[in-house]
Amino acid sequence: MGRPGWTLWVVVVLIGDSLAGPYRPDAEPGPLETNNIEELEVPPELDGAMSDAELVPHHYPAQRAAKVAVHYLNTRHASPYSCIELNRVHKASLEDLGQAGKKYRLQISLKECVSNTDLGQCLAEVLFPGEQEQRAPQVQCSCEGLKKLNTRAEEDALFQRLNTSNSPLSGCNIPDSYGNIAPEMKPMWHLGAAAASFVMLKESNESTLYNMAQVANFTQLETENDQLRFKYHILLHDMISQEILHWKLLVAWSPAGGVSVPQADWEPKCHHCELPSAKSTPEATKPSSAS
Amino acid sequence: MSQSIRGILVLLVLAGLGSLGRVGKCAEHRVNYDYFKYHTMAEITGWMEQLEKEHQGVVTIVPYGQTYENRSITLLKISVGSEKKKAIWMDCGIHSREWISPAFCQYFVKQILDTYQTDEKMKQMLSNMDFYITPVLNMDGYVYTWQNITNRLWRKSRSPGNCGDSCMGTDLNRNFDANWGTVGVSRNCCSEVYNGAKELSETEAQAVTSFVLGKRNEIMCFLTIHSYGQLILLPYGHPNVSAPNIDELMSVGVAAAEAIKNVHGMSYTVGTSPNVLYPNSGSSRDWARLIGIPYTFTFELRDKGEHGFKLPEDQIQPTCEEAYEGARSIITYVHDKTFNIPNAASTLIATIWMVLLTLCLTSAPLL
Repeated sequence: MGRPGWTLWVVVVLIGDSLAGPYRPDAEPGPLETNNIEELEVPPELDGAMSDAELVPHHYPAQRAAKVAVHYLNTRHASPYSCIELNRVHKASLEDLGQAGKKYRLQISLKECVSNTDLGQCLAEVLFPGEQEQRAPQVQCSCEGLKKLNTRAEEDALFQRLNTSNSPLSGCNIPDSYGNIAPEMKPMWHLGAAAASFVMLKESNESTLYNMAQVANFTQLETENDQLRFKYHILLHDMISQEILHWKLLVAWSPAGGVSVPQADWEPKCHHCELPSAKSTPEATKPSSAS
Repeated sequence: MSQSIRGILVLLVLAGLGSLGRVGKCAEHRVNYDYFKYHTMAEITGWMEQLEKEHQGVVTIVPYGQTYENRSITLLKISVGSEKKKAIWMDCGIHSREWISPAFCQYFVKQILDTYQTDEKMKQMLSNMDFYITPVLNMDGYVYTWQNITNRLWRKSRSPGNCGDSCMGTDLNRNFDANWGTVGVSRNCCSEVYNGAKELSETEAQAVTSFVLGKRNEIMCFLTIHSYGQLILLPYGHPNVSAPNIDELMSVGVAAAEAIKNVHGMSYTVGTSPNVLYPNSGSSRDWARLIGIPYTFTFELRDKGEHGFKLPEDQIQPTCEEAYEGARSIITYVHDKTFNIPNAASTLIATIWMVLLTLCLTSAPLL
């Protein structure tokens, strides 16, 4: 085409581009999509087309369910030298089973927290029981990368050391106020977190999001049945209610047997305080008109 | 004999001083101020006074209210030249256990003061806007968290409850006049989200309300800093209320999250509270948006639960560095939009257009 035609084309393109506005954020909308994410997810009972409602992976329902799956995995795999944390939720869906409860199906990726290594992906199913049942969530996971977890050598060394020591080990305030943990206390902190996972799993529902905030103190007890035993006082933080929950645990551990929690008791902070798991989600009340 | 007694006494005194611990230390001289350690309220106050002395005419301490325990709530006003008609608000430490938050405000102030004379963009922004930065809003709570390890996880104010039990404190971020009491709160004084006897029952919330209302036409951007969770939260906390500029807020938030990720690879999730965290009401961010401040964001800094509120000190620096880029991204957008500064790409496009048009007009007849 001739020069005038070429000029016209260039001018049209440039006009069109400058009409788009003086500023554009540089970021590509990536996994944090900017298009139509902000409407609330359709409650399954209103979406008659399919029994499984697709969930937005980074919204809270999928995130809370994924956390429960991680607590479950930690009850099975965490140790004084390893713990599992959520990397991302890739896909999620929710099936409403009526009285039987709510079943979340998740595709998640995991990381090992001590070594900060990638543990690959998992397919997880988390079933929160219906209101009639006062049971813990039920979790099933199929994970590709958990075989990578192998801290047996360090665990054996720790077990030997603690089993043969003359003075029972104890510690407190882990981490301290500044977030510091003495190197010799790190395995005991991880063990506390592994034990806390049992409680966090059991106490979780769709309205909770638990993390362990602190090991207030722990004391080594007599070894029994080839397992080291400890008394632990741990503090959990529930993100949704923002509450700090005090739990006293009896913890058993051996490299061969893993971690178990034969006893767990909640210490309420006031006589009329309730556990977050005991509360039902309050209905939102109508706001006054926004000015 | 008396020589050795004197020697022992000297040693004892030195040992005593050494074991005072950080809580007892005097306010450090600003030249040695360690931005990557957590500081007591006294140290932060001393730091503010030092900055005002060292940057006379640029940094002013502005008292704007009182806490329940009668502490003077102060902010740092950063203003180059005469007072500007536009401003940015940032507050930290509304929840006292979130220690990384005041640490970030201090770092943010340091960054502005270290760069406003040399960084062209910062220089330009400070020629058009002032900054109002409150390093610790909930001072009573913050002091309480430093007193004793058992207090470390205190969140609320330190005002007495009025529920007829011994529980005290109100969640300041549920106490603002923004759909107060509608969702995400508890009427139990013992609860961490007790929203107060009524909206603005707390003097700390009153102080922010008064000051910001007095400058409502100047403040374009309201940033409130919390931890933990790695989130950038948009208004509103109520699931049925939408901000009119939610799409724009979303894209600005996403750009900020990208800026954060580019520093140390950390992912921050962007969205409204009801979508990515939980519904809530009475927050300072919601109130600021409701009175018409267009760009209001809550930052939830590191981490995602591994340490939670007790973020280790060796993470203060990377957290502050990434959060600074996120905040700067938002502030730059707000500034450029308000003062019609085209961004670099648009300037280039406009320049090319002008050059081509000139060439064609001078060398060939148009259709």
